[in-house]
Amino acid sequence: MNPIRFATPPRHEAAEALRHDVRAFLHDRLAHVPPIRRADSWTGVDKDFTRAMGARGWLGMTWPRCYGGHERSAFERYVVMEETLAAGAPVGAHWIGDRQSGPTLLKFGTEAQRRAVLPRIAAGQAMFCIGMSEPDSGSDLAATRTSARRTAQGWRINGTKVWTTGAHQSDYMILFCRTSGTPADRHAGTSQLLIDLHATPGIAIRPIIDLAGQHHFNEVHFDDALAPLDALIGQEGDGWNQVMSELAFERSGPERFLSSMQLIVELIAVLGKGHGDLTRAAIGRLSAHLIILRRRSRGVAAMLDAGENPALHAAIVKDLGAVFEQSVPDIARGLIDAEPDLAARADYNAVLAKIVMNAPSWSLRGGTREILRGIIARGLGVRG
Amino acid sequence: MSDAAMVLGTADRLMADQCDDATVRSARRGAWPASLWNAIAQMGLPLALVPEGSGGFGLDPVDAFALARLAGRHALPLPLGETMAANQALALAGLPLAEGPAAFIPVESGLVLRDGRITGTADRVPWGATVGTLVVEYLLGGARHVARLDSGWRVAESGTNIAHMPRDRLSIDAAITATAPAQGHPLYLMGAGLRVLQIAGALDQVLDLSIAHVSDRKQFGRALATFQAIQHELARMAGEAAAAGAAAGLAAEALAEAAGDPMLSVAAARIRSAEAASVATGVAQQLHGAIGFTQEHRLHWYTSALWSWRDEYGGPHHWTQCLGAAALAVGRDGFWPFVVAA
Repeated sequence: MNPIRFATPPRHEAAEALRHDVRAFLHDRLAHVPPIRRADSWTGVDKDFTRAMGARGWLGMTWPRCYGGHERSAFERYVVMEETLAAGAPVGAHWIGDRQSGPTLLKFGTEAQRRAVLPRIAAGQAMFCIGMSEPDSGSDLAATRTSARRTAQGWRINGTKVWTTGAHQSDYMILFCRTSGTPADRHAGTSQLLIDLHATPGIAIRPIIDLAGQHHFNEVHFDDALAPLDALIGQEGDGWNQVMSELAFERSGPERFLSSMQLIVELIAVLGKGHGDLTRAAIGRLSAHLIILRRRSRGVAAMLDAGENPALHAAIVKDLGAVFEQSVPDIARGLIDAEPDLAARADYNAVLAKIVMNAPSWSLRGGTREILRGIIARGLGVRG
Repeated sequence: MSDAAMVLGTADRLMADQCDDATVRSARRGAWPASLWNAIAQMGLPLALVPEGSGGFGLDPVDAFALARLAGRHALPLPLGETMAANQALALAGLPLAEGPAAFIPVESGLVLRDGRITGTADRVPWGATVGTLVVEYLLGGARHVARLDSGWRVAESGTNIAHMPRDRLSIDAAITATAPAQGHPLYLMGAGLRVLQIAGALDQVLDLSIAHVSDRKQFGRALATFQAIQHELARMAGEAAAAGAAAGLAAEALAEAAGDPMLSVAAARIRSAEAASVATGVAQQLHGAIGFTQEHRLHWYTSALWSWRDEYGGPHHWTQCLGAAALAVGRDGFWPFVVAA
């Protein structure tokens, strides 16, 4: 048997040079954003900010120039991602499009789809959401029921998607649905469609308020919605394989271990200068975990850059990252007595409240802990 | 295949072949595995960290550290990493290399130079009763120096760690003939880094042993591996092994770099790998059931070695104090740049 080998992240001079520019931009741009907003992590939406990122060439960074991209390396893109997240920038309007939907279109989309949509994502002018989960199929994606039937007028779509982050603010959805057969067929007969949320009749979007009182989630109903036939992404019936290849992009990035970063920095601010052994031990341990997670995550980026499919490695990074992120609130609570309060004047109390109340989602979104551990077990050869 | 891949591949096979049950068991009873050492020495591995111009064979230091990871993977009952580091310190100081197995004594042991003699006591020296050369790090005018000793010490007390690897107390009173300012990284950091590499290697092996065990062992009419609860525990162990692997890479790169201070990287690697060792050995022992709690199964070589290594050259308290103080000193705005720089 062989150990699971991760690539060694290279030292990348161009990426390090870029880091300074990104930090300067964020320092300026976020000067007046309060800590509680920064704690939104990648769910904070600010379309002006996203357009400013696009104007600087920091979206679609690795894509070909003919689609509005900038043909830069995965490592330069990684620097932009991690710096924006670490600073608590409102990246929500471009996060999904830049990370996942854009690469899916680049890989499987038609030439017309690429020409029409990718430049807009790269310019920060098209926000995406992902239509995967359904009321009866969350982790069990293959049980998808939403159907799209080919008709003379186009794809006739019926069904309901749920937990769709940002659907109410998005311009497009990549819809995972069944274009033939029944849910009993599992992976077979599924496809992906590019849905223009502004131009598709028959779609209703309803808010779902989360534990923290926020509106990020939505329920998206398709009631005889009609999409043009050229909305199909890739091959009809190949949706499952296409979605699986997306997941390495979705699971290994710095967003998988930086969700509680703002609580860590506010904690350090509150702890100030005088501290004892217990505090140093806790902060030392948090630092070590962050440093090591970052190295592992950059190792996956190196593998993606080399054209490998590190789905197993990405699952490991996401699982470790979520455990770490979720451990932070209790560690902080052990160091500082503070009551969590979203409306508190004190930044620390407000950030604590937001992080405590968002934390359960981190081991659910993008693949639950149980799904990830199943993928890892399969990678270890102990699961058929 | 690159030269480095060839060296590592050959070393891996050599250790896999020659570090067999009988050799490890006899070493654990206190015998010096001379033929195993000779095979390792014949390959030149004790010189792996020595620069090419000083008698080494031109291996990149990061690859040389990978030998320590292999030593961990095969439970090598020899001071290979220690001798590699001792020879590196000698070479960088321009002193003659050790002929055989060597030990290094970090400045933290508090040995002093007075009237041309090095005196003091060094605790828990790996294979201290066996080695023929000591590399002693001491302070002279506030700067680290290294001296090479071939004699002038006695074993004040023999001991072992809980993996039965010799850790001896040496009483030193030696006239020094060869000494020079230290040029490499502090030896305590080298020791800490070597343990990180060994932990990563041992965890690779513990994961393999656990997969093999739950695949073979049947209970309730089916292989343990088919139970989801078992699969998820194995997945958790794989995550810890991956974290230790990252720690190994981080420590090796930091120590391979001649310029710069590797301390914070080594601290992070040490903290995380020690935690990985704790979590993963807990899972491995649980998955192996009662057989894993005996000396009949080789798992105990690895778990007891991991439980020793995680506390040698500073345990979690020492290293979290060190990294935590540095993190708190940079404050809120300096914290992320601090993480990136490690």
